[in-house]
Amino acid sequence: MSILQEQRTTLPTGTWKVDPVHSSVGFSVKHMVVATFRGTFGSFDVDLGQNGIAGTVDVASVSVQEPNLNGHLLAPDFFDAERHPQLSFRSETVRVDGDAVEIDGVLTVKGVTKPVVISGAISGPVEDFNGAHRLGVELETTIDRTAFGLDWNAPLPSGGFAVGNDVTLRAELELIRETEA
Amino acid sequence: MVILGIAGSLRSGSHNRELLRLAASTLPDGVELETWEGLRAIPPFDEDDEDPAPLPVAALRAAVGSANAVLIVTPEYNGSIPGALKNALDWASRPGATNVFRGKPVAVIGASLGSFGGVWAQAETRKVLGLMGARVIDAELSVGRAQDRLAEPDEELLGRLRETVAQLVEETQLQSRAA
Repeated sequence: MSILQEQRTTLPTGTWKVDPVHSSVGFSVKHMVVATFRGTFGSFDVDLGQNGIAGTVDVASVSVQEPNLNGHLLAPDFFDAERHPQLSFRSETVRVDGDAVEIDGVLTVKGVTKPVVISGAISGPVEDFNGAHRLGVELETTIDRTAFGLDWNAPLPSGGFAVGNDVTLRAELELIRETEA
Repeated sequence: MVILGIAGSLRSGSHNRELLRLAASTLPDGVELETWEGLRAIPPFDEDDEDPAPLPVAALRAAVGSANAVLIVTPEYNGSIPGALKNALDWASRPGATNVFRGKPVAVIGASLGSFGGVWAQAETRKVLGLMGARVIDAELSVGRAQDRLAEPDEELLGRLRETVAQLVEETQLQSRAA
């Protein structure tokens, strides 16, 4: 079976809904200047259609290895989940060039909405065992967390800060085409 | 609305207790300040004693839990938080995910005999509260030369206290709307 396609310039037709089991949304940030620290969000929703791509992430589903750190991430020092329970993203312009995709959109974190440019890749669609169509979408962007009011930090004895300001957000999504009603 | 006042000093003639009393005189209508007097009774933090929590600790947690906001007034010992206050906060911070300070609006102010008014102790108390998950308000009031300034509080000091309390009240009103 070949999945070779014409060089596409638009999103695949139809409306697509994320398959959360086979998708992940997370972030990475420099820790102690030298290392990369990662966390994930377990609960999210993504839709893709002719109007572009939009998604929400439940902040309370943030997961890192240490429960106290999880608690701190939910607190006003970081995401303030109580007042801002969701992160959201909505595309404004989507450029597709073969398997590459670039999206201009707006990201809302902690109640602050900023424009972002996201780059990524699309693969598929392919047909699964049940005849459903599945699309792979990988997206990544880097934001300055302090622009969204996530300001917490701690100075290191040798200079620099414990947590970097630049945070890479990454989504690896498997989307399923919704059947026509 | 009830603000729980916590003084970080135990001594009877404490300037910080005096500052807390002064803060109580600047409350807007409809706001009460209850002073927590249990600091001396809190045992040293020990994870082995957590279950069940010692009664004075349970009382502290209940007092914080039932208050709408907290005003901490702390001296500075050797450039940092007084041990007794830090110990009480350590008890109150447990269990981490659901501790009574989580999301609670808190203001930290203080007084000292020196000219800096205990700014380090306040900054570190804010840091500790932030890690605990409290909603620490962005207000600073460090009363230096406390023996003079508190003996005859001038309008500038009273005005700044009023502002700090008002900011805490405003944050607390936002909080009750969010809840």
